[in-house]
Amino acid sequence: MTGNQSLLAARDVAKRYGPVVALRSADLTVEPGEIHALLGANGAGKSTLVKILSAVIPADAGTISVHGRQADIRKPGDAMAAGIGTVFQDPALIPDLSLEQNLRISELDRDDVLPWLDRMNLSHIDLDLLAGDVPLAVLRLLDLARALARDPQLLMLDEITAALTTDQADYVFELMREWKERGRSVLFISHRLGEVLEACDRATILRNGIHVAHLDLAGVEESALVTAMLGEELVEKVEAAEEEPAVLLDKEMTARPVVLELKDIRLRDRVNGVSLQLHQGEILGLTALEGQGQNELFQVLSGDRRPSSGELHVDGERLSARSPYDAISRGLAFVPADRHQALLPQRSVRENLAIPLYNRARRWLSLVGDEEERVEQAVERLTIDVRAGRQVQRLSGGNQQKVTIGRWLASGFDTLLCFDPTRGIDIQTKAQIYDLLREIAGTGSAVLLYTSELREIPLVCDRVLIMYAGRIVGELPAAAATEEALLTAAHGLNEEAAI
Amino acid sequence: MSTPPTTAPLVESEEPTQLQKVARYLINHPHVVLIGVLIVLILVTGAIESNYLSFSGLRNSALFAVPIGVLAAGQTILMLTGGIDLSAAMIATGAAYVAANQSPKGAAIAIVAGLLVGIIAGAANGIGVGVFRVHPIIMTLAMSGILLGLFTSWAQTIFSGSTRMGDFIRTLGGGSIFGRTLPWAVIVWAFLSLLIIYMLRRSGFGRTLYALGDNPVASRLSGLRSWRVLVAVYTLAGLLGAIAGLLLGGRVGAVDLQLANNFLLPSVAAAVIGGTSIFGGVGTYTGTILGALILGVLQSMLTFLGAGQAIQQMLYGSIVIGLSWLYTRIAAAQ
Repeated sequence: MTGNQSLLAARDVAKRYGPVVALRSADLTVEPGEIHALLGANGAGKSTLVKILSAVIPADAGTISVHGRQADIRKPGDAMAAGIGTVFQDPALIPDLSLEQNLRISELDRDDVLPWLDRMNLSHIDLDLLAGDVPLAVLRLLDLARALARDPQLLMLDEITAALTTDQADYVFELMREWKERGRSVLFISHRLGEVLEACDRATILRNGIHVAHLDLAGVEESALVTAMLGEELVEKVEAAEEEPAVLLDKEMTARPVVLELKDIRLRDRVNGVSLQLHQGEILGLTALEGQGQNELFQVLSGDRRPSSGELHVDGERLSARSPYDAISRGLAFVPADRHQALLPQRSVRENLAIPLYNRARRWLSLVGDEEERVEQAVERLTIDVRAGRQVQRLSGGNQQKVTIGRWLASGFDTLLCFDPTRGIDIQTKAQIYDLLREIAGTGSAVLLYTSELREIPLVCDRVLIMYAGRIVGELPAAAATEEALLTAAHGLNEEAAI
Repeated sequence: MSTPPTTAPLVESEEPTQLQKVARYLINHPHVVLIGVLIVLILVTGAIESNYLSFSGLRNSALFAVPIGVLAAGQTILMLTGGIDLSAAMIATGAAYVAANQSPKGAAIAIVAGLLVGIIAGAANGIGVGVFRVHPIIMTLAMSGILLGLFTSWAQTIFSGSTRMGDFIRTLGGGSIFGRTLPWAVIVWAFLSLLIIYMLRRSGFGRTLYALGDNPVASRLSGLRSWRVLVAVYTLAGLLGAIAGLLLGGRVGAVDLQLANNFLLPSVAAAVIGGTSIFGGVGTYTGTILGALILGVLQSMLTFLGAGQAIQQMLYGSIVIGLSWLYTRIAAAQ
């Protein structure tokens, strides 16, 4: 058995959160002295696997062996003792403590990390600063230094480069190579395929919670990785859509009135001047790699956060929202990606669908007269399965997602802001949601759709904007929005797509 | 965490055993359990003291349950939002104290003055919790201390004078209609109960209470402005506290600053017994009514057994702890 020599061998690892399967059955083998990439689209299960390997969450099934021996990893300390060090996707530092206090919690001294910080050109950093006051990029590097100080056999880096500048990322690659030369191993997770091909020896690709490929990366093309990550199952639908384009001609669309206009919206250092126009009846796609400011942009649009600067105009009039209520009352309806942000888990489907009706005090004295009809219409239009409807938390993920959209059908809106509405739901429901979005646009409403499902953009959008580092870096008509074109632009590389 | 597609079945397919079916029925219909407990307690109390199983015996339990039930109405609507009112007993006492003091000026002025105490203190709680984001426990605990201090000092100054409730309030709190049969206090409680049950089941305001307690983030993204809901609901809870105080003061007759002291824990206990979650989003006032009645019967039983206030308070405390644990377990098992 080759597993005997492997540094790490995970077999048939599975994890579900309630009805939602995060990992179906994943295998991962990391040999000593290699840099191994763990690849997959958003939601493929990469971070879940990393959290299981570092014992932050327990697996439902599967075995983990370290150096050929089955490891009993139940709590984070066990993972560390087994030689696994992790830098998680989100900084694992307590914002109200100083950097040094944070180190001490991990039982480390400043002397332990200083040599590593030095290697990342961070020797000048003041460790008495509160972690909450330090930029994200520095926190990521400090997380890395902390992991390295424990001298792990296997270093797992979950999306560490997403928040880093190019020169900072180069320090990380240098350290990864050095780690490899010492005979240690690195598990590297990144959406930036270019840097993956450059830095990594082998790759394991996850799709929908299953490993679909183990590859040797020597001589592999980026496009082959993309195909492996995204799968083939929707190719037929894409081809069908290309034959019968649902999109309007560009000229026809720009002649329509602008319902939503953003003028140089900025938010801290996350959104760096976004301007765009959304026309009546248009579905405007937006796509980006993770962490390019799209979350913050939608927070601003939904009225959840105020922009640092810039203007938002709805139907030609300025909107300066202090809370989501202000945006909603001007017709902007927001569907968040995370259903936990949208649902009332212990309440019924009916209450979940009707809740926006009661955000005005003048409707507090009784129930809205036609509440039942509104709810029934939304349930029918979205074919929500209400058999378990007494508590929304008992519904399947797809049905829950329908409830988050159906809420606005029941209470009314002009413009729908959808943030990755099809993340983590089955293909049939996905198709249903896209049909609904087209239908909504057909009735004259507008839709701004952020999606991480690149190959579905031509199916549903009229045009697509690409966001990178808090800016719009490209615009494509839907017909030209091939995955390759979108991916290159989304990596901030393509000059041709930029406007 | 993003999540991949799932085709997980909606409903478990395993055939449940008869016992599991019964258990599931009872978990889904907690009121059946509560009514059963109430009947058993009444019969046990009757076995201890046979005179109890008479109209006047049950009437005494109901009378004791009234102030608990009304105070617990306030706790229930606050707990639905994830809040609580630790100043409820002090608000009740203050309202009764002011009403007694104003009683020489007539029943109307006395009642309005008493209810104003509840509205003002409740609104202050609501502004603290809703606008300034002070934690409900801290806000209402501090409010309780402030009210005690204020009324203690005012007792010697602006509220020196009458400590006796006027006749009208005494009739409301302790008198009966149709001879000695139906207490006015029970009628008042029944009327309030209908209003609150309507509010929670059939009004938009009720919907916002459940929504806010179940998921504040989702409520905000749906356009609810939580501070408005919270100011309204804490004010309403203050008003209910004041009504409870007037009824209790009317029954006792003479009001002092310890009047409602022993009713804070039972008011929370009644809501918890009735199945209202202290974490918000789940609960009914019907359950709370049954909880208050159970505590009323329990008080009669303990009195017959010769157990004093000390033992009663220990029992209420144990009930709150035990049931909170049990309901959390049931919720986790589901």
